[in-house]
Amino acid sequence: MKRLVAFLVGVSFLMLGLTTSFAKDKIVIGFTMSQTGKLNAESAEQYRGLLLWQKWVNSQGGIYVKALKKKLPVKFVYYDDESSKDRVQQLYVRLISKDKADFLISPYSSGLTASAAVIAEQYGKIMMATGAASDSIFNKGYMHVFQIYTPASRYLTGALDLLKAVDPKAKKVAIVYEQSNFAKAVATAAKKYAEKHGFKVVLFESYAKGTTDFTSFLNKIAAKRPDAIIGGGHFADGETFARQIFEQRIKVKLVSLLVAPAVPKFAEIGKAALYVTAPSQWEPKAKYTEASAKKLGISWYGPTASWFVKTYEKEYKEAPGYHAAGGFIAGLVLQKAIEDAGCLDAEKVRKALEKMDIMTFYGRIKFETGKYYGRQIGHDMVYLQWQEKGGKLVKEVVWPEHAASARLVYPYYKKY
Amino acid sequence: MEAWISAVLSGILLGLAYGLAAIGLNLIWGVMNVINLSHGAFIALGMFASYFIFKFAGISPFISVFLVLAVGVVLGMIAYFLALHRVILAPELSTLLATYSLSLIIIGLGTFFFTTNPRAIDVGLGSVKVFGAYIPKEKILVGIYSLIFTLLLYLFLYKTWTGKAIRAVSMNITAAKFMGVNTTFILSLAFGIGIALAMVAGALIASVFPFTILTGGVYELKSFVICVLGGLGSPLGALVGGLIMGLLENVLTLKIQVGYVPFLEFLILVIILLVKPTGIMGKE
Repeated sequence: MKRLVAFLVGVSFLMLGLTTSFAKDKIVIGFTMSQTGKLNAESAEQYRGLLLWQKWVNSQGGIYVKALKKKLPVKFVYYDDESSKDRVQQLYVRLISKDKADFLISPYSSGLTASAAVIAEQYGKIMMATGAASDSIFNKGYMHVFQIYTPASRYLTGALDLLKAVDPKAKKVAIVYEQSNFAKAVATAAKKYAEKHGFKVVLFESYAKGTTDFTSFLNKIAAKRPDAIIGGGHFADGETFARQIFEQRIKVKLVSLLVAPAVPKFAEIGKAALYVTAPSQWEPKAKYTEASAKKLGISWYGPTASWFVKTYEKEYKEAPGYHAAGGFIAGLVLQKAIEDAGCLDAEKVRKALEKMDIMTFYGRIKFETGKYYGRQIGHDMVYLQWQEKGGKLVKEVVWPEHAASARLVYPYYKKY
Repeated sequence: MEAWISAVLSGILLGLAYGLAAIGLNLIWGVMNVINLSHGAFIALGMFASYFIFKFAGISPFISVFLVLAVGVVLGMIAYFLALHRVILAPELSTLLATYSLSLIIIGLGTFFFTTNPRAIDVGLGSVKVFGAYIPKEKILVGIYSLIFTLLLYLFLYKTWTGKAIRAVSMNITAAKFMGVNTTFILSLAFGIGIALAMVAGALIASVFPFTILTGGVYELKSFVICVLGGLGSPLGALVGGLIMGLLENVLTLKIQVGYVPFLEFLILVIILLVKPTGIMGKE
């Protein structure tokens, strides 16, 4: 009997010890990354951005939580998801139930994020979705998933705004896109937007994955004489398309393609790359500043772009791309929401995210609260253009105006 | 109007290159009754040969193509003795499997060493204006080269002793043997030439379009359609088939969706097989 009492007392002391250790001394953020598999490169960059945020916030002592009246440092728990959807679901369950993650960050890519979102929603955990541009994640009624990237439905619409701003008489648009879910979603949305804003879509056609010969499309385009060609898909096809537009001397005023021109390797096609534009989530040259925040009447939050670029380059010996910026901002937005909420309660943080409307070095952040709950509506794509500076091809940001680093060179065929 | 000119010219120029690729397949089929399923793999090898010579020695594909031709003949002959010689008289399924395994080996090794990343040869010759349409100079050279190689093959087959021996073997291998023809050598040479033509076509196409190690498959499929279209065993038929294919792809698409073209191509294939199975230029 004595033994039993002693045992019970011991256990109760142990439990007491446990509960005291539950008193928060850190914020645990869980996520998976693709250390292996096909998404490795992009995922690694996103992770490096996220890691830089952790260093930045912990160097200031952590995130201030009003309810606890102190700053809590951020701790990461993460696993390798092998670029696999099935692994993602197992691992996010583990992050929540075993590792007791307070908040979640999505894996890289729309596919994996859609998988992880199911789990986040089931357990009622806030998940910042970065590296995921799909719209369809957000029409499933999830209330805990918030998007950092501009969604696919607004990927190319800015190209049309740009065209309208620079040449109001340009009305004819050709849309040629790859037969992939992402490109199709982008192209369909662009078509809808174009028709709504008084453009005439003279060509709307798709090409098979792996297409290398665009002659047929270009002949058609030449016959229909559009002012702008927009579309594309991935790297190889986009690069080839741009090259063949140049070889056939298509007399078009604006060329805007997905993905390929945003990749530095695009410069290898030389003069064919010149004056091609592309949407990008973020570019190091994008000029979002406190002044641009003031103009919009919203508040500025976080470090400046030049700090981010400089620190990133110092840390990793390479220039940051938009995947890295997306990682950093996912952390930053979460930080802001926790500070606004003043506690770690998921529902209160969710309310803070609903109300959020801020400017960061990555652009504006605001979330939809209607049918597509959690979808990004504040952030705009920036449009870059390949221009010539001192005999070298460089990427310049040309749109939107308040983020531009250079003026758009127009029309495209000026170089012929 | 320029669009039509551009479409027709592109169709003809590319059609000639498709034709050249198909002739390689056609020759092997005609002479040795072998359906060469490694055709596409060798087209891809030709592309990579051209690419590496351009990248590391800076030699234009339009010069190195002759080297590719020579290497192709040797490689083809080696492949013949390694994979085909022992089964050449066996039923067709055996040779089919032999060439298929050859293809798997090449593609497998190619994927391992070269990866499936896309590559391109940027010769950068610029474009020339023809009746208001801009045609890349590389495309024009590809067309001319294809025509020259077809002509050379024709002269070789009809004007030289070795060429006549190849034709003799294709007509009746036993009779050719009786006439003192070294049939083993001739068969290997025919396979070598067929492979070399595939590689040359690959090398030429690579100067216009980007490619991966898997790209050969696309042109292999085209080659089969062209062979059936033009008539199996007829080099001239292959050229005609290639032209038809090139023109279909480029001119038809001015009016219909590009995605429908493969459907039409294969529809034509089925119709030809039903109506005139020997092909347009094939003998009864």
